[in-house]
Amino acid sequence: MDIYLLESLINGLLLGGVLALLALGLNLIFGVIDVVWIAYAELVMCGMYVVYWLHGFYHWPLPLAALLAILTVAALGVLLHQLIIAPILGSPAINQLLATGGLLFFLQSFATLLFGTDFHNIGLRLPILEIGEMSISFARLIAFAAAVLGAGALYLFLAKSFLGTAIRAIGQDRGIIGLMGVDQRRIYLLTSAIGGGLAGLAACLLVLQYDVHPFIGLSFGPITFMICVLGGLGNMLGGFVAAFIMSEIISVGGFYFSQEIGEVLAFVVFIALIFVRPQGILSRS
Amino acid sequence: MMARAPWLAGLAALVALPWLAPSSYFLHIVILILIWGFIYTAWSLMGKFGLVSLGHGAFLGTGAYASGLLWNFAGITPWLGIPVGVALAVLLALVIGYPCFRLKVIGHYFALVTLALAEVARLSIVAARDLTGGSLGMTPNGVPTPSWFALQFADKRYFYALALVLWLFGLWVWRRVQASIASAALEAISEDEGAAAAIGIHVTRQKLRITLISAAMTALGGGLYGQFVMYLNPDTLSGVGVSLQIVFAAIAGGMYSMLGPTVGAVLTIVLGEALRVSFGTMWIGAANTIYGILLVLFIIYMPRGIVGLIVARLRAQPLPIRRPAL
Repeated sequence: MDIYLLESLINGLLLGGVLALLALGLNLIFGVIDVVWIAYAELVMCGMYVVYWLHGFYHWPLPLAALLAILTVAALGVLLHQLIIAPILGSPAINQLLATGGLLFFLQSFATLLFGTDFHNIGLRLPILEIGEMSISFARLIAFAAAVLGAGALYLFLAKSFLGTAIRAIGQDRGIIGLMGVDQRRIYLLTSAIGGGLAGLAACLLVLQYDVHPFIGLSFGPITFMICVLGGLGNMLGGFVAAFIMSEIISVGGFYFSQEIGEVLAFVVFIALIFVRPQGILSRS
Repeated sequence: MMARAPWLAGLAALVALPWLAPSSYFLHIVILILIWGFIYTAWSLMGKFGLVSLGHGAFLGTGAYASGLLWNFAGITPWLGIPVGVALAVLLALVIGYPCFRLKVIGHYFALVTLALAEVARLSIVAARDLTGGSLGMTPNGVPTPSWFALQFADKRYFYALALVLWLFGLWVWRRVQASIASAALEAISEDEGAAAAIGIHVTRQKLRITLISAAMTALGGGLYGQFVMYLNPDTLSGVGVSLQIVFAAIAGGMYSMLGPTVGAVLTIVLGEALRVSFGTMWIGAANTIYGILLVLFIIYMPRGIVGLIVARLRAQPLPIRRPAL
């Protein structure tokens, strides 16, 4: 097997970790609150700016900056829910989709206003691992490991804790949950916070690899939605698997052709799969 | 009959506008409003029946790039190039639309499939950078003397005439669609697809027809826009960004009324220009920041748009008491 093909396979796997984390957050929001946050990747952009400013500009220690970024984005998630989603919970789904789309515009432009359109990076150069003739970026390895840990922690929380059970229950039957003594509003806020927090975590991992600029969200936002839909909206395991399928298509497609063609292939595969299995790849129905 | 007068007066004013316009800049803005108003109208033809496409950027880009590439590389006049772009956009709409409607991909899923389409278009244009100039964009080759053959004019009044005809054509299509039986069928489909099918409406055919019309008009608008601004860029003519811009302007104006999308164009373009002129380049992004906030507020508090709100207000006024019919 071609060593460079193997390298791009591994890079695809590593990219898949971060995409899976994003897909988990978006799927959680969708499964529980039943809205699609089109601006999800823009929340990630906000988190990346927080890390950049605290660490790259004010020279805070990275872990502290990362922690604050996660908390900030989690708070943004709560704010987004309170200000935008809560008033239109009963509206047609498409209005909710578009309202968060308006937020996408707002966040992009606001970031442009505050920071300009320059590309920034945190100035951290992580070593590159050389295995044979392959070179694997250490930043990607860390990102992958942290993403898998984050996903695992989310799984344990949802499966074992009372609140996690309540969150899963509300995704299954919105009507009955109130009778069980669960405050729906509180669960929604908590879910938004967790969804935001996951975006914040993803931001910390992405800022290690990519420069931050106001439009960075557009470069992985659409692919995240595709992953969620492919996995079946709200189906977390499906989203997790789909993330790796898509990232491999992008990475290997990029290896054979070019970066853009790789992404085009991923979108085309997405469109084709929607026609074949509109309910998601892992759905049993 | 009596309702005709204000329309005719408005039309006369529009025809006379180039000679009344205070400046070339003013005319430029009006042309932009007419072209985008046409494109937003095209989108609303689908949007008002619940077919929310987030992928109209793909059709826009197809129209603009087909004509631009044919002109630059084969010297083919835009008079042929734009129809080729329209045909390609219709083909694209067919390839995506038919399976979508046939397999009942609706709501979120339809929106996201079309979103993927917009990205496919943008990325394909960027990937074909040898031809299209990639993200840097491309300029249709200029001609030494302005001509109808090249569809390039130094005098903006020519473009104004073309844009006005295009816009009026858009309104005409809107009225034709609204008066047709298909409109009732599409409304029934947007209420309840299953029930519509049960009373004998051919769901796939009805949806597909309006989608093809909408895609064709969008590509047509894209083609003329490319000729007017003489610069094609994948980010402003395809992809998610412009697709969302189309959706939002149409919604802000009001996608359920004939003039709503045009009001959306007036609103967004005038607001954008006003903010750009007053803030200058000092505060890049200020215009869009305010725009974004307005969009969110619009969708939350007045989802039927400005024109929709005005119409609702007018209707809410107490009607004169009618004598009971004997």
